[in-house]
Amino acid sequence: MPDDKNADDGVELTPEQKKMRRTRNIAIAVALAAFVAIIYAVTVAKLGVNVLKRPI
Amino acid sequence: MISSHMPGQPDASPSGDDARVYSGSVRDYLELFKPRVMSLVIFTALVGMVVAKGHLHPVIAAVSLGLIAVGAGASGALNMWWDQDIDARMSRTAKRPIPAGQVTGSEALSLGLSLSVASVVFLGLIANWFAAGLLAFTIFFYAVVYSMWLKRWTAQNIVIGGAAGAFPPMVAEAVVTGSVSWDSFILFLIIFMWTPPHFWALALSKSGDYEKAGVPMMPNVAGPDSTRTQILVYTLLLAPLGVVPFFMGLGGWTYAVVSVISGLLMIVLAVQVYRRREGAAATKAEQALFGFSILYLFLLFATLLAEHAFGLGSGFDVGPRLVSGII
Repeated sequence: MPDDKNADDGVELTPEQKKMRRTRNIAIAVALAAFVAIIYAVTVAKLGVNVLKRPI
Repeated sequence: MISSHMPGQPDASPSGDDARVYSGSVRDYLELFKPRVMSLVIFTALVGMVVAKGHLHPVIAAVSLGLIAVGAGASGALNMWWDQDIDARMSRTAKRPIPAGQVTGSEALSLGLSLSVASVVFLGLIANWFAAGLLAFTIFFYAVVYSMWLKRWTAQNIVIGGAAGAFPPMVAEAVVTGSVSWDSFILFLIIFMWTPPHFWALALSKSGDYEKAGVPMMPNVAGPDSTRTQILVYTLLLAPLGVVPFFMGLGGWTYAVVSVISGLLMIVLAVQVYRRREGAAATKAEQALFGFSILYLFLLFATLLAEHAFGLGSGFDVGPRLVSGII
């Protein structure tokens, strides 16, 4: 069975739809990476060196 | 005036969710967030942050600004979900992603809801919960009060609903200081008073569209003549209001000059809209006011930004001294 063949509804993606899907997936990956980077930057900005001063 | 159609549901649009293949491009999904409105929100919020009397770490400020923009974009997606039926009937909005069949209504709803919650929660965690509460109220005001209630019910829809677009400077000040002051409230008032003449100048030439969609916009409820009078009245109130930041010490000499000249130009263009009521001359006057109104708001806020952020301002104490001398 081809990868993009949906067994339930028989939908087969056109090359253009496959390209769109790939672009959407890349955009989601970029958004996730940006989210991680932002949380890291905010943590450093808010806590600074205090992030190391915690009870063990 | 409430449409018999249930808003928020597909209205014989090609975007029916049944057996649909996800075919929207990244650009279609970004369009859901109304990028032009977002850019205005980012800009006015940035000015609100810069003029706020307080200090904030640049990273926290930048991320907070981004979260305010995400909240605005999320409310735009909720608006597009709710208004998909009327968007499909108007030429100005028929190419939006949902009526064009690129994105489903349920996708827009999911994105709008999840990003609304995320933007508010993260703003609360990163900045403070007062700012987060204000952002939540702004999203609620735009998506529920304006889109779901006012827009299809009263011709005052964009007058009251305009508050949603005016809140960002207040949210931004709340991010920096944890509270709001007269400084950001006057910026709120300027955007609030600017919205009716700006939007009605556009609505005058699109009144047929709104009529067809059953949206009670001022030109197709009160008539074009009454709308022209109201545009003039709001502009006559807006122009002096635009100068008030100078008298509050929020703007310096440059701001005083820019706000007086651009305010006078707004009045001249509003008078032209009032006087030219027929044919191509009327359309030209409406387009001129619509176009300049965008530049007007940009000039006021850009001048405040230049004076505060780049140290180009002088004479901040002149306005308050003039006021205290008069009083």
